[in-house]
Order: sequence, then structure tokens, then C-alpha cells
Amino acid sequence: MAQRSQAGAGDGLFRAATGAFALILVALVGGIAFVLWEGSRASISSFGLQFWQTSTWDPVAGQFGAAPFIWGTLYSSILALLISTPVALGIAIFLTELCPYWLRTPLVFLTELLASIPSIVYGLWGIFVLVPAVRELQLALPDWIRALPLFSGPPVGVSLLSAALVLAIMIVPFTSSVAREVLKAVPAAQREGAYALGATRWEATKVALHFARTGIIGAIMLGFGRALGETMAVTMVIGNTPRALWSLFAPQYTMAAVIANEFAEANDALHISALVEVGLVLFVITLAVNLSSRVLIYSMTRERRPKRKAAVRPAEASA
Amino acid sequence: MTSVNMRGWRWMAAGACALALGAGIAAQQKVLITGAGATFPQPIYEKWFSEYNKLHPQIQINYQPLGSGAGIRNLTQQTVFFGATDGPMTQDQMLAAPARILHLPTVLGAVVPIYNVPGVTAEIKFTGTVLADIFLEKIKKWNDPAIAAANPGVTLPNVDILTVHRSDSSGTTYIWCDFLGKVSPEWLKRVGVNTAVNWPGGIGGAKSDGVTAAVKQTPGAIGYVELVFALQNKLAYGQVQSADKEFVKATIESTTAAAAAAAAKMPADFRVSIVNAPGKGAYPVSSFTWMLFYEAPSDKAKAKVMVEFMQWALTDGQKFAAAIGYAPLPPAVITLELEALKKIKTQ
Repeated sequence: MAQRSQAGAGDGLFRAATGAFALILVALVGGIAFVLWEGSRASISSFGLQFWQTSTWDPVAGQFGAAPFIWGTLYSSILALLISTPVALGIAIFLTELCPYWLRTPLVFLTELLASIPSIVYGLWGIFVLVPAVRELQLALPDWIRALPLFSGPPVGVSLLSAALVLAIMIVPFTSSVAREVLKAVPAAQREGAYALGATRWEATKVALHFARTGIIGAIMLGFGRALGETMAVTMVIGNTPRALWSLFAPQYTMAAVIANEFAEANDALHISALVEVGLVLFVITLAVNLSSRVLIYSMTRERRPKRKAAVRPAEASA
Repeated sequence: MTSVNMRGWRWMAAGACALALGAGIAAQQKVLITGAGATFPQPIYEKWFSEYNKLHPQIQINYQPLGSGAGIRNLTQQTVFFGATDGPMTQDQMLAAPARILHLPTVLGAVVPIYNVPGVTAEIKFTGTVLADIFLEKIKKWNDPAIAAANPGVTLPNVDILTVHRSDSSGTTYIWCDFLGKVSPEWLKRVGVNTAVNWPGGIGGAKSDGVTAAVKQTPGAIGYVELVFALQNKLAYGQVQSADKEFVKATIESTTAAAAAAAAKMPADFRVSIVNAPGKGAYPVSSFTWMLFYEAPSDKAKAKVMVEFMQWALTDGQKFAAAIGYAPLPPAVITLELEALKKIKTQ
């Protein structure tokens, strides 16, 4: 109590200042939501829920349905997540648990280097290296596989698979750096305890992974969020064709890509409004993904016994 | 004490006046004008602005290549002094603007078909209908009789056609669709003309580079790019049949020829499409690109500067066009434009 009255004024100011900064964040998110809502009103009143369900995107006729973009965004991001998660976790585990000391710094440096490459560079690499390779891969597949719906279509190279691969490479460094920090924050006592009980290295790692699981889910979701919004690299390799198909080799389209592609030259008010509504849909989906990951983490931490709750904090903090 | 202070103030006031006067003179001398719009003519506009700056060092014109749509929007909202567009403003857009806007053609561009047909080295000839049917996905193979009929002596392979279009909305797409719509009623009905359309099939490449990469990498692919881009990157491209039933290869000269034919019946506001123009040697997929000005801008000093600039760009400036791959305007059009420039009120 005595301490409080001494430092009262400074503390209050500090609290008010940091609180104001935090409020700016809330205001920003609210502002974005409002602007998106305001800008898409013409489109919402014209198409309503149809916008989410129909797949005709015809700027000439003024018919707009975003279903293929929603499909393409979710499909490519989930596929990228499936590819990148094992790799990213493998990197994180190797770096924290197994890597010899002299190799650690260069490897960490390299993963962080991957994160700092601009996405347009990934896109160019995608066009000139990955896309031809995917095309060759498709041609090399036997006919009966190419007849399956998952692999059908003409061999054009630009495809959902190309986009998912580029995305996977782009999100690996994000997921792995966060997962590494989370694993590093696991108290040494956890591993030592496991070893003391006669655990092998793999078993001790499992203990650490279990301890850090909420943080690791946070790391994966961070990657997912990035994949949902990535624009340049994706539009350069996905083929930009608004058709929702299962085929990995079919050219498709994403929400971020259609906004980037069409916004600059869009003349018609309804066209612009429809593009803004695509932005709104993307915003809502990103929000939903983040919320569901929060719920997942919450339900995981709640089942823990109270005495372990305190130790979870560092993991959550870095997520 | 008071008198000393007063004197000090007086000196300071005098100094401030001198400063303000100096700044006023400097501001009068230096003119900064901004414009925004189409990306396609950006290289020639940059060239013009830098050349003009050499002649008149006090005049600096900035151009932001935001796209034709953004150029029209910015001009309508009066955030820039002039706009630029690859497609003329629509009637609705003209009505939405706060005042009368003048269209002035600056140079010409053409769009050419590029393709990747295995085993074919000859220049392929396309009629307008064939191009429309290919992009409507009605012609699916390169050895289709309709293509073969226009290309006697060329052995066309039995390869699937893949159409590649621009995924970003673009003036190039507008010109391409404008032409296909002129020659094919079905195109006009099913697809229409715009900077972005609902393509019947094929894949979308981002920008000219994306289209070119997709065409180069995929046997059987056909796409379209600006003539400037094809020339700069030394791409081979096909010939297109003109309104006079003659197969014409796009060049600087054949693009200017298309505009010369249109000059005879040029509407007073210059908002005219010259695709499928009649006349000998006229390349059919050609178009003007325009700068947009208010007829009565509020800033008369800037208006005077821009009118003088346009007089230069339409005369001396035209000689820079061909070297960077743009077709210069035909003399008949320039005469009309110099007359139209007088509509801009400079005082």
C-alpha cells in the first residue's frame, strides 16, 4: 500500500499510456471492419448470402459470387498447413533437442532468412522453377492416377498444388521459429524428470512437446493466418481461374489474389463493392480461424490441473 | 527598452517579409503537377516528363501508374491534376465527374497474340473469328480446320489449345476483348468488353510477364500481350486479319495506320475505339491511350503549363514514341488535338 502511494502518479501515467496504445489496436480492428462493411454495402444488398454460395464472377454482367475464391483460399492454405507443419515442427525439435551446438546458429539464421525473402521473389521462383516442375510431375503420373478427380485436368503447371507448395515454404520459417521459442521455454526440469524416470530421448521430447502443445498450436495458427492472406506469390502460380475443384492440378483462385488483380482497374461501383466484400469475407474467415484456435487452446489448458497452469504461461506468451 | 524591442521586432518583421517574398517567387517558378492512371503508357510518359523537365527545369510532372480505373477515380475526386486511361471513360463516369473532362489521345498501342505451338516456326495467321472461337473454347485443337484454312503450308499439330489471359484487370484485356467483340457477336453476348471479364476457360497469368511465362512453358498455349512488351522481350507473335481481309503483322507503322483510318471520322471528344479499323495495312487490335483533363481547371497556372506540355508532347514529343515501342499519332489526329487543346481554359 505504501509503495503504491509513492509511485502513484508515474504508475497511473504509465498505465494510461500503455492502455491507450492497446486501445489503438482495438480501434484499428474496429475501423477496418467498419470500412470493409461500409464499402461492401452495395454488394451485400445486391447479392446477400448468395455471395458466399454462387460461383459466377462476371464484371461485365455485374454478377458476383465469391464461392470459388473462398474455396481456393481455404483449400490452398489447409494443404500448405498439412505440408508445412511436419517440416516446421521437425526443424524446431531438431534445433532445440538434437542439434549440435555449432550447427544451431547457422540453421536458425537460415530459417529466419527464409522468412525475410519478399513474397514476389517466391512468386518468381514459383513461375520459373516450381510451376514447370509441377507440370512435369503431373505428366509423369500414370494415366489411371490422372483420371482420379484429385489429379485430373490438363497439365498446365499453374495450379492449386503449386500455390500450396509456395505457401508451405513461406510459412515454414514462421511456424518453426515460434515453435522453437516455445520448446525452448519448456523448463529443463520437465526433460530432466523424464530422463530420471528412464525415458529415451524420443520419450523426453514427447514430454516437452506435450508440455508446449498450446504454444505449438499457436505457432501453427500463425502460419495458417499468413497463408490465408498471402497474395503476390499465390497469384503468380495459382492460375487465377475462379472454379472450385478438388483437383490439385487445376488452376484456381484465392480471395487475396482477386482483390490484388482486379482492384486497380475496377471501374464499376458494384465491382469495387464486390471486391471489398471479398475483403470482408477474408477478414471474417481470418477472425474465425483465430477465434477457433483460441477456443482450442482454452479447452486444452482448462483440463489441466491448477498447479501446472502457471508453467504454461511462457509458452502462451511467445505464441 | 521599449524602443529597442520595437526596433528588434521591426527588423524581424522585415526579415519575415523578405523570406515570404522569396518563397513566393520560388513557388511561382517551380511547378509541380501530379497525374495518375494507366500503367501501359507509363514508360513514354516518364520519358516525356523527364525530357520536358530538361527543357523547362522549373516544371516537374509526376505520374503514378495506378491503373486506368484508379486514374479516372483520382481525377473525378480531384486528387490529381490529370488522369490517364487505356479505355475511354464511360457515359456514367463522365456524368459522375464534377465537371467536363477532355480526352486527348497521346500515343497508340497494339495487342498481339503470342503462342507456343510445338513444331511450328512460321508466323501463324489468325482471323478475328478464329481468335474469338479459341478464347470462347470452341476451337480446342491447333489442327482445327478453321486455323488451318488461314495457314496453308503450315503443319499444325494435334495439340490441345490452352488459352492464357491477364488475371489482373488491365487495358490490354480491354483492347483484346474490344476486338473480339467487334468480330464475334457471340463474344459480345457471352463475355463482353471490360478490363476484367468472366473468361470462358483457360488460365490467368499475373501481368504480361505471367502470361508470357505461362505461354512459354506450356506447349499449345496462346495468350496476348502489348506490342511494346513483345518487342522489348523479342517474343514471336502472330498476324491478325484486318477489316480489309488482309493479314497484318503488328508494327509501329501498322498501328499508326489503324489510327489514320479513324482520323477521318473522329468524334469531337476523341472517345473512339479503333479496333478492326479499315484501311490498307491497318493492324486491327490497336487502340489510343488517353490523357484526361478538366476543361476548366481551378488552377489556371497549372493548366497553362499542361497545355504547353501537351503541345510539345503532340509535336516534338512524338518522336520519342517509336524508340520505346509506342506508335506515334498520325498527323491528322495531332492537328485535331492541337485544336481541341484550346478548350482548356488557362485564364
